[in-house]
Amino acid sequence: MTNALNNHLFEPDRRTVVRSLAGFAALASLQMPAWAMGKMGKTFHKGMDEIGGPDAHLHIADGLFRTGKRSGHGIGMNGTIPGPLIRLREGTKAKLMVHNMLDEDSSVHWHGLLLPFQYDGVPGISFPGIKPGKTFSAEFDVRQSGTYWYHSHSGLQEQMGHYGPMIIDPEGKDPVEYDREHIILLSEFASMHPHRIMKKLKVAEGYFSQQKTATFDGYDMSAEERLMWGRMRMMPTDIADVSAPTYTYMINGHGPADNLELPFEPGERIRLRVINGSAMTFFNIRIPGVTMTVVQADGQNVRPTQVDEFQIGVAETYDVIITPKAGAFALAAESMDRSGMAQATLTSQPGQRAGFPELRDPPLLSVIDMGHGGMVEGGHDGHGGMDHASMDHSNMNHGAAGIPKPAQKASEDHSEHDMGGMRMRDTSLLPGSVDVNAGIDMVAMNPQDRMGFPGLGLDDVPHRVLNYKMLRALTPNHNHRDPDREMELHLTGNMERYMWSFDGKKYSAVSDSPLRFAHDEKVRVKLVNDTMMAHPIHLHGIFFELVNGAGHAQPKKHTVIVQPGSSATFDAKFDEPGDWAFHCHLLYHMHAGMMQTVSVAFPEKAG
Amino acid sequence: MNKLLLALAVTTLLSAPSLAQHDHSQMNDSVHVSQDMNIDPARQAKSKTSGPPNAADAIWGADAMRESREALYKEHGNMSVFWFQGDRLEYRARQAEDGYLWDVQGYYGGDTDKLWFKSEGEGSFGAQIEQAEVQALWSHAIGPFFDLQGGVRQDFNGPERTHFALGVQGIAPYFLEIDLATFLSTKGDLTARIEGEYDHRLTQKLILQPRAEINLSAQDIPELEIGSGIDSIEAGLRLRYEITPEFGPYFGIEQEWKLGGSRDFAIADGEDPSVTNYVVGLRFWF
Repeated sequence: MTNALNNHLFEPDRRTVVRSLAGFAALASLQMPAWAMGKMGKTFHKGMDEIGGPDAHLHIADGLFRTGKRSGHGIGMNGTIPGPLIRLREGTKAKLMVHNMLDEDSSVHWHGLLLPFQYDGVPGISFPGIKPGKTFSAEFDVRQSGTYWYHSHSGLQEQMGHYGPMIIDPEGKDPVEYDREHIILLSEFASMHPHRIMKKLKVAEGYFSQQKTATFDGYDMSAEERLMWGRMRMMPTDIADVSAPTYTYMINGHGPADNLELPFEPGERIRLRVINGSAMTFFNIRIPGVTMTVVQADGQNVRPTQVDEFQIGVAETYDVIITPKAGAFALAAESMDRSGMAQATLTSQPGQRAGFPELRDPPLLSVIDMGHGGMVEGGHDGHGGMDHASMDHSNMNHGAAGIPKPAQKASEDHSEHDMGGMRMRDTSLLPGSVDVNAGIDMVAMNPQDRMGFPGLGLDDVPHRVLNYKMLRALTPNHNHRDPDREMELHLTGNMERYMWSFDGKKYSAVSDSPLRFAHDEKVRVKLVNDTMMAHPIHLHGIFFELVNGAGHAQPKKHTVIVQPGSSATFDAKFDEPGDWAFHCHLLYHMHAGMMQTVSVAFPEKAG
Repeated sequence: MNKLLLALAVTTLLSAPSLAQHDHSQMNDSVHVSQDMNIDPARQAKSKTSGPPNAADAIWGADAMRESREALYKEHGNMSVFWFQGDRLEYRARQAEDGYLWDVQGYYGGDTDKLWFKSEGEGSFGAQIEQAEVQALWSHAIGPFFDLQGGVRQDFNGPERTHFALGVQGIAPYFLEIDLATFLSTKGDLTARIEGEYDHRLTQKLILQPRAEINLSAQDIPELEIGSGIDSIEAGLRLRYEITPEFGPYFGIEQEWKLGGSRDFAIADGEDPSVTNYVVGLRFWF
């Protein structure tokens, strides 16, 4: 300790101060929090404290993390995984100070926050990153409210625990009334290092799946369907790239074995702020026996909508209100591929544990997920083939992009599911902006707008499930303006090579040619997913409106799921100048190249 | 094209007086830039309709941004991977003296271009090694599922030979793994090899792998005891249990036939032109 003191005596930076304090604390036998002492190899605590006020400090450090029988290297903040709750108030000035106590560069991106681009926290786009031992301060006016989160944008640190929740209380009266709130921050933990995960994804397709099709697999698929998938060199089980048992799914840093308990008093209106802070996992959220009223999406208030279940994509947030009776209720967050579940018990009696539902059968991809929507109905038995069809019909009622109504037959002969007339990779269907190369293994032949789709595996459940068409902004936007122009962007990939890109161009190939927008320009962006995976696409710094048929009440979001083989359209007013990251929020997809820079021009100034 | 743009960008940046004046020494310590906004980013950005994104340069300085920007590009799409696979490392029990076989491959590189190496060889215990070769290939993606591979092959047994190798390797429909190569030796001999294997999952861990290999020759090569036409055919079936995806012991059976001129050479040597091998081995990768 004295050595550390001496070494740093002439470098009065924040770290020295902390270390010196640590030294004094040790000498005086005072209690110092472990996280304030930097790299200690200490075990991270689960869950989080709360920080806020005019100055909020985050200390990023290494440590050990353990959940159930699994332990491994973690990166956390202020001694916990997830990091502390940052609580701010709209209309105030925030000063967030980030201290990097790692041996490598780090960063914090404030996900969903409106702020000057240089504080957005993406090394290489918004700022140079935070060197080891250095501090970064982000000072900005808080001009929004809602549920948000923050995470590293350096390397693959986010996978190791570098994320935390953020709540901004509104300046005036909150339109959402509640007596109690709980943060539900979803994430995963793996003892395998994220660099090893990335390599395995690159060299071995389907490495992490224990649900692949096999002779003895229990999937209700005909031999013809199995052959069709094989002929296309695609896997109908390719729903999550990384899954359990490699991952332990967590709520607030608690795996199922950690028995997280969330207390309440009967009769209370409880606000659950659900944040998907995971690297790779979509979750299906249910509380059997309790109706959830969705009141906010991505921090933006929406018209209350009652559901029994909803799917949350990576990086999305949903706030729901529940009013459970006395007792213990299971909050089940099942991974989309149904390989595992994050669990918490909502209970009015401490110590009582709810019974959790079993994992449901894993879903399978259908021909609609291949981009053949409206051409062939019902890809397979038992997994909602016909529901896909009826879903398509509901889509057509308010089809955003004017897609022709699919031909539907009442009786479907399975022999017609032969893909004879279907081409998997007709690159002539792609616009000239797409670079055709080995990084594209599929082209959606007839991509449908699927705003009304509740998510893979949730189209055939016997209860109410949220979809994007049900989201309506609480306060309609009466300053609605028609888009100045339209653009189409293709989400492209190659499962086998694990290449991911926009328009066939990996980020490394387009680094010098960002997507440029004039200041205040309003653009309608159509995202076409030419892959068989659902991608949560996130735009930094700017909220867009989903084109979901809601007219003036189009909901604002910072992240939109584009369903496999389908399209999704949003309107964005590019009124926040600067360079912003735009990417798939599946961490390893982004890392493989599914990223772009959005460059918004600065307003012209007189003189 | 990218290089040209980069050069243009660098020139533009160097000539921008606002940047030249900008001192970013504050990056050395705790960073407080909100008071340091004396540079109007609009001057940088408003006239900019092409070139790299550089709004951050106006705030933090181009020098401070350069390293992180290059790292960002490299980390998002430009990673290189090393992979090594022992596809077949096996003991072969047969009527004559038992033998062994290795068949390994691997690569280092990115998504599109890789340095690929392959080695295979076999022999009988207590005898001279029958065949041993190493290939070093440049591998370039020519489609979503196939690579074109070209390079050299060096044989180490018997009369040493060097070949130019050209082929394609990849995944055909039905997940059939194909390796098709032609070889032109420095002696002018033209040969070809077609390999195909398929992993059929019985369960998540138990895999049945049919495999076939056909060797062809455009001419008689007496010193290698190869006749023109179809030289040999191998057909095998292996049952593998993947303890982990990386580590899968197996057992199986493989039948080899020498045909045509090669068959005559074998018979003349007192060898059996048709051999059944009962194999036990290991497939692994890392």
